[in-house]
Amino acid sequence: MSQVTFRIWRGEGKEGEFKEYKTEITEGMVVLDAVHQIQAESAGDMAVRWNCKAGKCGSCSAEVNGMPKLMCMTRMNTLPQDKPITIEPIKAFPRIKDLVTDVSWNFDVKKRIKKFKPRPPDAPDGTWRMQQEDIDRPQEFRKCIECFLCQDVCHVLRDHHMHESFIGPRFLIYTAALEMHPLDTENRAKDLKDEFGIGLCNITKCCTKVCPENITITDNGIIPLKERVVDEFFDPVNKLLRIFKPNS
Amino acid sequence: MSDFTTHEHDVLVIGAGGAGLRAAIEAAASGVKVGLVCKSLLGKAHTVMAEGGAAAAMGNVDDRDSWKVHFADTMRGGQYLNNPRMAQLHAQEAPERVKELEAWGALFDRTKDGRILQRNFGGHRYPRLAHVGDRTGLEMIRVLQDHGIHQGIDVHMEVTVTKLLLDGGRIAGAFAYDRERGRFRVFKCKAIVIATGGIGRAYEITSNSWEYTGDGQTLAYDAGAELLDMEFVQFHPTGMIWPPSVRGILVTEGVRGEGGVLKNKAGERFMFKDIPENYKNQTADNPEEGWRYTQGDKNARRPPELLTRDHVARCIQREVREGRGSPHGGAFLDIAWIKEKIPGAKEHIKKKLPSMYHQFKQLADIDITETPMEVGPTTHYIMGGVKVDGDTQMSKVPGLFAAGEAAAGLHGANRLGGNSLSDLLVFGKRAGQFAAEFAKKNGNVKVDEAQVSAAAKQALEPFDRQGGENPYTVQQDLQKMMQKLVGIVRQEEEMKQAMGELEKLKARAAKVGAFGNREYNPGWHTALDLRNLLTVSEAITRAAIERKESRGGHFRDDYPNKDAAAAKFNLVIWKGDGGAQQMRREARADIPADLKQIIDDEAKATEVK
Ligand SMILES: Cc1cc2nc3c(=O)[nH]c(=O)nc-3n(C[C@H](O)[C@H](O)[C@H](O)COP(=O)(O)OP(=O)(O)OC[C@H]3O[C@@H](n4cnc5c(N)ncnc54)[C@H](O)[C@@H]3O)c2cc1C
Ligand code: SF4
Ligand code: SF4
Ligand code: FES
Repeated sequence: MSQVTFRIWRGEGKEGEFKEYKTEITEGMVVLDAVHQIQAESAGDMAVRWNCKAGKCGSCSAEVNGMPKLMCMTRMNTLPQDKPITIEPIKAFPRIKDLVTDVSWNFDVKKRIKKFKPRPPDAPDGTWRMQQEDIDRPQEFRKCIECFLCQDVCHVLRDHHMHESFIGPRFLIYTAALEMHPLDTENRAKDLKDEFGIGLCNITKCCTKVCPENITITDNGIIPLKERVVDEFFDPVNKLLRIFKPNS
Repeated sequence: MSDFTTHEHDVLVIGAGGAGLRAAIEAAASGVKVGLVCKSLLGKAHTVMAEGGAAAAMGNVDDRDSWKVHFADTMRGGQYLNNPRMAQLHAQEAPERVKELEAWGALFDRTKDGRILQRNFGGHRYPRLAHVGDRTGLEMIRVLQDHGIHQGIDVHMEVTVTKLLLDGGRIAGAFAYDRERGRFRVFKCKAIVIATGGIGRAYEITSNSWEYTGDGQTLAYDAGAELLDMEFVQFHPTGMIWPPSVRGILVTEGVRGEGGVLKNKAGERFMFKDIPENYKNQTADNPEEGWRYTQGDKNARRPPELLTRDHVARCIQREVREGRGSPHGGAFLDIAWIKEKIPGAKEHIKKKLPSMYHQFKQLADIDITETPMEVGPTTHYIMGGVKVDGDTQMSKVPGLFAAGEAAAGLHGANRLGGNSLSDLLVFGKRAGQFAAEFAKKNGNVKVDEAQVSAAAKQALEPFDRQGGENPYTVQQDLQKMMQKLVGIVRQEEEMKQAMGELEKLKARAAKVGAFGNREYNPGWHTALDLRNLLTVSEAITRAAIERKESRGGHFRDDYPNKDAAAAKFNLVIWKGDGGAQQMRREARADIPADLKQIIDDEAKATEVK
C-alpha cells in the first residue's frame, strides 16, 4: 500500500537514540505488525515483548506517537502516515533494551498485597453461592491484562517516581477486586492507607482513560476504596461498608 | 567453559501456563523446593488467551451430566485413540480442580442459584464449560499466578531452557539462557515437569504466539523420551481471515455456543449437509431445534455448528474449495442474526462475547452485533506430545514429567474444546504431585560439566556465523511449507515432498546467523527455536505419512475414510542412537471392561433420544 517511516527507540539501559526505519504498510496492519516486519527485514536484534497479538496478554505496551498503547491493538490506519511514527518504551519503569522495560517492580508489589481469604464454604460439598450481580464489579477489575499502561500514565509513578510509597492504579484495582470479592474476609484498609499510598492518588483519571480493557479504574475502584479507608479510620460509626462485603 | 549461574531446586517446572503453575503449586504444597521458568513474563503464557471455558462435569446447569458422560464424550471426540485412563481421571477430577480455583479466588460466571455457570461447547453432550465471559483463560492463569506467588515458588521469568541435563539416564537439570542479559543458567534438580505448550508456530496460519515452538517436545525427545500421536494437529475451524495481518487469530467456539451459525456465500447453513453417522442421533436436523439447544432447551439436540472441530473445519474448507466461500476464502459466522430471536440481542452479545466484539471492532472494523464475521481454519493445538504414564505423567526418562498441551494421551485424535483448560488443572496437579514424590524418593544428582559446555556451545553458535542466513526467513519458509504440504488436508506425495524440504531447511537452519549482542536479542532466540520447530515438524510429517486413513485432526485426501485396522494403534516417535528419528506402531491401550461399558451405555442413551 505505502511506505511509512518509523522512529523507534533503540538502546540499552538509559543510553539510546531514535533510529529511522521504513517499511511497507498493507491493509489492516497494526503497529506491532510493522515492528515485526522491521525486525525481520532489517533489525533482527530489536527487542520487543508480545505474545497474543489480540489484546489479551498485555505484553506489547509502548508509547506510539506519545500515546500509551497496546501495539497489537493499534491499527496503522488510525495514525497519520505522512509523518514518521514514533515508538518508544513506556516511561514509568527502567529501560532494558529498545522497547522492553523492567516491570519487575509490579510483580513485587503484588506479593505485598494480602492474598484472598475466603469465608467457609456455603454448601456441604465445599462450594459457595454467589449472585452474578454481586460479582459484576470485581469481575470488571479482573479483566485486567496487566499491561501496566495505567501505571505508565499515573503522574505519581511517571513523574514523581514514588514507587516506594504508591502501588499505582493497577494494584489499587487489584486490591479493590479482593476487597469487593463477596467471599473474601481479609481487611486491607490499613495497608491501603499506610503502605499502598492510596492518599497519593488525586483522582486525575488518566489511568481510566488509557485502560485498554475499559476498566473504570478511578470511579469504580479507587474512589470506593478511598471511601472505605475514610470510613474505617476517620468515621468509626459507619464501619459496615455494605458495598464491599455484600454477603458478609 | 562459559559463564553461568547455578540454581538448585528439587523440582523444576518448565512453563508457567495453566499446567506449569498448577504443577508448581502442587509440588510446593508437598514441601519440596520448586523452581518455575518461563519464556515470557508471568501471566502471559498461552493459557491467558483461552476464551471459551474449562470443561468439568459439575452438572450445575444440567444435572444429567456426570463424569461418565464427560468420559464418553472425550473418547468419542478423540475417536478412541485416547489413553482411556487419562480420559477417566480427567473426567473424574476436573470438577474438584475447577471448584478449587474458586477457593483460590476465581470468579466464574454464575447460575441463577449462585453456582458456577456452564456453557455448551462442541462435542460436549451437556453444558459443561465453566467460564468467565470469553476470557476464561485470563481468569484461570491469574488465579493460579496470584495463588502461586504466595507458595514460596522461585520464579525465573524470561528464561528459556534449551537442553535437559542427565545423570546416567536420570534427569539432573536443565540448561537455559535469560532473555534480558543473554546469560546462561544451569538448574540442578531431581525432577522436571515439562509444561511448555504446543507447536503452532510450525505453521503459517495459527492462533498461537511466538512461544509455541515445540520446545518441550524437543527437549524431552532429545533427552530420550518418546513422542506420541504427533500426526494429530487441531485446526480450529474459526480463525479470523481478514485483514491479512490478523489471519489466524482465534474466534472462540463460544460464538457458536451462544447461537452463532455458519453460512456460505449463498447464505446457506451448510453444516446441515454433512453430519457424521456417529453424531447423527445427537445432532439437530433443523435450525429451529439447534437454536433451542443453544438457549438451554434440554429436549433439543445440538446444532451441527457444534460438531467436533476437525469436522467443522473440513466443511468450511469444502465450501471454499467448491467455490461457495466468503470473499476472502472462508465462511460467514453470524451471531448478529439472533436479534430475530431475542430482544436486546446487541447488548446480550456484548455481554457474552465481549472480547470477540472488541477484537473485530478494533482489528477488522466489524461490529459483530450487526455484521457476520468471516472465518476460516487456523492451526490451534496439538493432541500429540510427550508420551507419559496416565497416572503419574512421567515419561520414559526417570524424573521427567510432562503435562498440559506438551503431553499426549488425553485427547486422542481430536481434542474437544474446553478439555484443555481442565487437562491443565487435572494433570498439572498430578505431574506436580508425582514429580515432588520422585524428588523426595530419589537421591542427589550430579550435573555433568561436559553436557553444560556442549549446551553453551550450541547456544552460541549463531553468533559465530556472522553473515549467516536470516533466521526469520528460514522460520517463514518452514511455516509456509508445513501449511501447504502437511496442513489440514494431507496427501502422500506432498508429505514425502515435505520430508525432503525439511532436510533442506535443517541444512539452512544449521547456518543461520545472529547479529547484535546477547542482550534481549529476538533474532538469536529465533535461531535457537528453529531446531525445535524442525524436530516437531519432522515428527508430525513422519507420523502423518504413516497413518494411512482419516481420523480426527488428521485428514487425508488419498485415504478419506477411517480404517478399522488403524484404530488399533498409536504412533510413537523417538530419537535413535544415531540421532535419526525412529517410529513404531504401538497397539492402542485396551479400554477396560468397566469403561467400555460406560461408552456403550452412553452410545445407547443417545440413540434412544
Ligand atoms: C486463542 C486460544 C484460545 C483457546 N481457548 C481455549 C478454551 O476456551 N478452552 C480450552 O480448554 N482450551 C483453549 N485453548 C487451548 C489452551 O489455551 C492451551 O492448550 C493451554 O492454555 C496450554 O496450556 P499449557 O499450560 O500447556 O501451556 P501454555 O499456557 O502455553 O504455557 C507454556 C509455558 O511454557 C513456557 N515455555 C515454553 N517453552 C519454554 C522453554 N524452552 N523454556 C522455558 N519456558 C518455556 C512458556 O513461556 C509458557 O510459560 C485455547 C488456545 C488458544 C491459542
Ligand atoms: S486517578 Fe489516581 S491512580 Fe489514576 S492516574 Fe490519576 S493519580 Fe494515578
Ligand atoms: S487496569 Fe487496565 S491499564 Fe491498568 S494494567 Fe490493567 S488492563 Fe492495563
Ligand atoms: S501482544 Fe498480547 S496484548 Fe498485545
